[in-house]
Amino acid sequence: MADQSIEDKVKSIIVEQLGVNEEQVVPDAKFIEDLGADSLDTVELVMAFEEEFSIEVPDEEAEKLQTVGDVTKYVNANKG
Amino acid sequence: MSEAKPLEGKTGVVFGVANKRSIAWAIAQAWADAGANLIFNYQGERLKENVEQLAGTFGADVPLYPCDVSSDEEIDGFFEKVKGHTDKLDCMLHAVAFAPKEALEGDFASTSRDAFKTAHDISAYSLVALAQRAAPLMTDGGSIVAMSYYGAEKVVPHYNVMGVAKASLEASARYLAYDLGEKKIRVNCISAGPVQTLAARGIAGFTSMLKHYQEHAPLKRSCDPAELGKTGVFLASDGAAAITGQTIYVDGGYQIMGM
Repeated sequence: MADQSIEDKVKSIIVEQLGVNEEQVVPDAKFIEDLGADSLDTVELVMAFEEEFSIEVPDEEAEKLQTVGDVTKYVNANKG
Repeated sequence: MSEAKPLEGKTGVVFGVANKRSIAWAIAQAWADAGANLIFNYQGERLKENVEQLAGTFGADVPLYPCDVSSDEEIDGFFEKVKGHTDKLDCMLHAVAFAPKEALEGDFASTSRDAFKTAHDISAYSLVALAQRAAPLMTDGGSIVAMSYYGAEKVVPHYNVMGVAKASLEASARYLAYDLGEKKIRVNCISAGPVQTLAARGIAGFTSMLKHYQEHAPLKRSCDPAELGKTGVFLASDGAAAITGQTIYVDGGYQIMGM
């Protein structure tokens, strides 16, 4: 995964976690409404993003990450 | 019984695997590495696939069965299945806890009767219910290990009713240790420092708990899942043959601190 862009990495984590098709994972896609995530999925996703990008997502920020685009934006802004 | 495989030939049941980050999974892996054959529960269809995938790494035929620990019928059904695989159990892991999310956010004083009941039923009584069914199978003695946390003993903000339920779990382990001692069945708790698990992330402000341990624990950190696994192996092995009713802190030493 080393040469993948942040966007691609985010995408593959979502595909893997939610078992959705890559084409569904567009920036506007909402995790719960569009990609069928449940509350456990959303926590698992946040933990997977934290691990992949060595970032920390506090609870109040995690709540705001509702779309695929929200995540890429957050990772870009917070990645060390 | 070689040094490298202290649990060779033993059979264990593991309750509480949710995903690869679960403490239950870390201990299961360590028990399997130590030579134990394992049987897993899963909680509902939602987690079945996760447990199936993980247990599958030990081989295609590792048994797993549904068991919601809040139901006596399901627990009975689970142990009936266990008896289909083995007539003797040696160890059991209890890594199951639940409280409604709202009970882990505000203050403890606001805890509802329902949240209190649910937390104690699933997180503490379940140990008693499982021990009742496991003990008759532990014909050659056994080791029961339950996961706890320091919030059982001291106030950890936001841990709330879960701390009270963990206190009940630890006390239950002591009483079970007394009752089952004659049968050479030992019951101990591992009190783990904060670990990044699905369950832990349900506690408001969890990431600040981790940071607090990094700043204040003697070892400047909490613990990692593999270390909990090794403690689990120790408690299940002959090394711990005279240890029962105890709560063992695997927390970077945090528990000794006064400030």
